[in-house]
Amino acid sequence: MNKIIEVTNLSKSFRDIKAVDNLSFTVEAGQVYGFLGQNGAGKSTTIRMLLTLITPTSGEIEIFGLKLSKHRKEILRQVGAIIERPDLYKYLTALENLRIFATMSGVKISEKQLMDQLEMVGLAKRAHSKVKEFSQGMKQRLGIATALVHDPALIILDEPTNGLDPQGIADIRNLILLLCRERGKTLLISSHLLSEIEMIADSMIIIDKGKKLVEGKVNELFDPAETIVELKTTDDAATYLKLEQSPLKKYMHGKRNDCLLLKLHRDEVPSVMKELVQMDVNVISLHSKHSLEDYFLSLTTGSTHVEVAKN
Amino acid sequence: MWKLLKIELFKIFKRPRTYIAFGAIAAVVFLIQIALKFDGKSYIDLLLSNLSGSFEFSDDFKNKLLNGYLICFVILNTLLIQMPLLVALISGDSIAGEANMGTLRLSLTKPISRMQYMIVKFAASIIYTLALLIFMAALALVGSMLIFGTNDMVVLRSEGIEQIKSFDVLWRYFAAFGFAAVALTTVSALAFLLSVFSENSIGPIIATMSIVIVFTILSEMNIPIYDETVKPYLFTSHMVAWKGFFYVQADAEGTTINGSMENFPAVMRSLGILIIYIFLFFGTAVWVFKKKDILT
Repeated sequence: MNKIIEVTNLSKSFRDIKAVDNLSFTVEAGQVYGFLGQNGAGKSTTIRMLLTLITPTSGEIEIFGLKLSKHRKEILRQVGAIIERPDLYKYLTALENLRIFATMSGVKISEKQLMDQLEMVGLAKRAHSKVKEFSQGMKQRLGIATALVHDPALIILDEPTNGLDPQGIADIRNLILLLCRERGKTLLISSHLLSEIEMIADSMIIIDKGKKLVEGKVNELFDPAETIVELKTTDDAATYLKLEQSPLKKYMHGKRNDCLLLKLHRDEVPSVMKELVQMDVNVISLHSKHSLEDYFLSLTTGSTHVEVAKN
Repeated sequence: MWKLLKIELFKIFKRPRTYIAFGAIAAVVFLIQIALKFDGKSYIDLLLSNLSGSFEFSDDFKNKLLNGYLICFVILNTLLIQMPLLVALISGDSIAGEANMGTLRLSLTKPISRMQYMIVKFAASIIYTLALLIFMAALALVGSMLIFGTNDMVVLRSEGIEQIKSFDVLWRYFAAFGFAAVALTTVSALAFLLSVFSENSIGPIIATMSIVIVFTILSEMNIPIYDETVKPYLFTSHMVAWKGFFYVQADAEGTTINGSMENFPAVMRSLGILIIYIFLFFGTAVWVFKKKDILT
């Protein structure tokens, strides 16, 4: 596989605060690469360094096999990006915005191609409307159109589903999958929403406090069949004691908020339910949470579960 | 580069705020022209009142005074003090406005260097400044010439009056407007520099105006200690040197010499100093911007 992005020992400090700390990762061609971390983990700083908006304190970035510090223009010609919000010129129309960023990307694009691009993101009918009249979702879609207008090989999207409603999130997800699977683009997507990344990413990295916690293929990093169950009962303390003295003790995984957590295989959920009823536990609700989310939390919040469980 | 410049100009002239400056200039010019059209005699009497002790002026002379060239001079005297604010409106917004809108980060992920970006932005600010000045020149000079006609131009100075022949006036205006373009570009460069440090447009605009006002006050103050130590280094001291094109030499009999200027080297020195300021402001802006982390 070709390496599209290769980051080596990347660090960035703002005075005495280390935003990114010795970070290394590799993105391969044709992948959707998830860049995960909580707010303030260093995702946006890293992405800004990939796009030359921020100068690294140390480390090396290679994109398309070229050093970013020396071949900035050649590299950026093949990169499309949205960083955080898709801020555009509000007093201009969608078409005018698209034309401006197409020109800045250094490519000659016909009006028809621009309209096709707007069609792809579902904004062709609003081509001549000013951006200030757009909803957040429409701005996001127009932002994606500006990132794609010059047909880049690498697309970097920083929190692309921020502020979108469920339909908007689904639309962006489908667009990302289309770009990767059908058009062969490489995408680096940052998010703090694991469920989104899990649905679309091939590989991922999780960072916290600027450091890499884990990197690898999504399906290798967690067992999709394993799940975390959130159990809410009328008396958590009593249930906790009952569970400790029962065969279900092996599933106990701590507490989160006012729920008990059980870690088990999906197939085991019905039998555990039966067992709880037999133990005379008054269950209010039982939610199966995805294991990747728990995996993420266990990595980024460290000992949260253990500490809460002791209470 | 030309394509990028076209984009910048497109963005500037698509913004409604751009036309505030044009509207303000038109309003001031028309108000002055209307006032002088209907009550010009009173204004001339007022102007000549300081000299009437030693001179007698006929009504015919006073009527000749009130012509398009003098009206334009009056307008320039008024407007060239206010125009820095109008110039700062756009130049101060140049980088800070993009940062505020969030479009700066998107623009800088495109394959253009920061140097190119700055050159294009500044060039667009200069073109806007020139457009404003040409607009003012058209209204103030051409408009006044059409409304009031042309005649010899009289310039009132503390030592007396100077009369410039009608055929000797127009080139002076062209030169004065050229000089004013450089002077306003200096203000534009200052606003542009301050724009690099800010993430909202109001800050650089207010800061530019504050600097211009403070420097202008210092330039105008008659305190001997400042004459040698401070005034020669303030760009505002040199911005008013355009008037030098209307100060003429006289022969032994006191008749003004056509095509002459009283102190041409002083005007050129002021021009040179303003150009140095432009390079200084712009160079610093580029230096800072190239090193800047874009966090907005």
